[in-house]
Amino acid sequence: MSVIATEELTKRFPRVTALDRLTVEVPTGVTGLVGANGAGKSTLIKILLGLAPATEGRAQVLGMDVRTDGPAIRERVGYMPEHDCLPADVSATEFVMHMARMSGLPSTAARERTADTLRHVGLYEERYRPIGGYSTGMKQRVKLAQALVHDPQLVLLDEPTNGLDPVGRDEMLDLIRRVHTDFGISVLVTSHLLGELERTCDHVVVVDGGKLLRAQATREFTRTTGVFTVEVDALADGSDGTDETHRALAELGLPVERDGRLLHVTVDDERGYDLIRDAVDGLGVGLVRLQQRRHRIAEVFTKENAGV
Amino acid sequence: MSESNFAGRGTGVIHDIGYRHYDGRRGGRPQIRRALYVQSLRGVFGLGRAARTKILPFTLASFMVLPAVILVAVQMVMGSTTPVLPFASYAIVVQAIPALFLAALAPQTVSRDLRFHTMPLYFSRPLTYKDYVAAKFAGMTSALFILFAVPIVVLYAGALLAKAPFLSNTGDFLMALVAAVFLSALLSVIGLLIASLTPRRGLGVAAIITLMAGSFTVVSAVQGITTGLDQQGVAAWAGLFSPMTLFAGAQDLLPGVRYEGVAEPSTAGQVVFAIVLLALIAGGYALLSLRYKKVSS
Repeated sequence: MSVIATEELTKRFPRVTALDRLTVEVPTGVTGLVGANGAGKSTLIKILLGLAPATEGRAQVLGMDVRTDGPAIRERVGYMPEHDCLPADVSATEFVMHMARMSGLPSTAARERTADTLRHVGLYEERYRPIGGYSTGMKQRVKLAQALVHDPQLVLLDEPTNGLDPVGRDEMLDLIRRVHTDFGISVLVTSHLLGELERTCDHVVVVDGGKLLRAQATREFTRTTGVFTVEVDALADGSDGTDETHRALAELGLPVERDGRLLHVTVDDERGYDLIRDAVDGLGVGLVRLQQRRHRIAEVFTKENAGV
Repeated sequence: MSESNFAGRGTGVIHDIGYRHYDGRRGGRPQIRRALYVQSLRGVFGLGRAARTKILPFTLASFMVLPAVILVAVQMVMGSTTPVLPFASYAIVVQAIPALFLAALAPQTVSRDLRFHTMPLYFSRPLTYKDYVAAKFAGMTSALFILFAVPIVVLYAGALLAKAPFLSNTGDFLMALVAAVFLSALLSVIGLLIASLTPRRGLGVAAIITLMAGSFTVVSAVQGITTGLDQQGVAAWAGLFSPMTLFAGAQDLLPGVRYEGVAEPSTAGQVVFAIVLLALIAGGYALLSLRYKKVSS
């Protein structure tokens, strides 16, 4: 089932076309939306929330039409903006509770869900202190909490790791993963850091200049290649086994590239592991590493861009 | 999340009961509008917020009531059965206090959401800019109405205690409350419109106080001079140019209400004053909506 579906979605501003006949489906799970600044990510989010009309084309969120069902969509969708949006002079508890009320929750439910949600995003005693004194990481958690407090079916997260240090970034990515795995809420997350999306997302949508460049499952992007990386240790007599192995593999007619102590062997079929294992076994060297290399999203992205 | 994630988090043990979905009622726009209205009204008086935010509104509100208490005491001592001051004139006589109240509290009602860029969070929820404007306007208007109504109630209670005629006083009392609704709406729309134009609270405060006090001072001066020159007509029309004198002229249309000011308009003039007052409220509300329509897009 798809949580978001757009069809020839177009948004033109007087000077620029922000979305250009974008047709894409976002399935349940965690989906990354990748694109350079100005690629149309923010415009797409606004249209999906029913806040800005599309010039042409159609879009559905959770099966509802963005043109006519804006309020109903916004009742079931959470949104975490990229920029700072928190009042400095109230506590996280007060603020998130107010936002829960603004989503239509009765006050008792708002209070309970605020406490639950803040705990889930990892805010404890500090939630009673004014937000002005929070670290960036804590502020991002409050922003995420206000997007989750009304128990949406889908959250739109705009650059949630912006401004975080490496540890904070890892924690936020784990949290985003859990939003889907533990809470059962689908996620559309924008980022310009491909490595992050690789780790977090089930699917990746790449947009550029308002056009769809690619939409695929992450595992397709990072599918295995026919290249095996082989590393061996020294021979019994102390000499380096890498040369020996290189020669042995080459004799089997396999293309081998040497990269320091690593050998990259290209085998086009399933027999890769067996062939290499047998070849190395015959030499009497210890096999340290034998792994199939994977693509990274970045490589695909670079290739696509080069081709455009 | 497993329990181990909480390890070393300090004091008590927190038992994670996992994520719970919410299957309860969702109120939709009417309930959200009401919740925002109540929150805005309470916010004006600092209720549900830090103690220091309550000081200013409650100080001003007590200054607003104090003269009424004194007037009632005077009436009691004199043993008079007619109120010292007509109920409907009270707000105009103490006009500096509501002006200060508006200047201090209208900006904090709307500018916080602008200053902290919180508006996108509202608009990513079911409510629209129309709901937001309606709730904020109703909240500020109600707060001002409470500010005006309490001393009028005190005066009315004092009049009844002094055994003033019940029927005529009750009529005057109700008319004064009706007038207070219009005055509250007028001041509210002026204050919110100015405050919504700047995310900076201090600027909003200064602009509102300048407009309220400045226009009142200029109009009073013009009225004083023109009355001295025996130009009663000019003096009366000058009242159009300050919110308080505009209201004073317009409310004279209500039965039994008569403000004894420096220069009051004729009956035809009162109609013009009333039309201008209503047009200002409607026009100001439309501009406020336009302002937030722009914010929401």
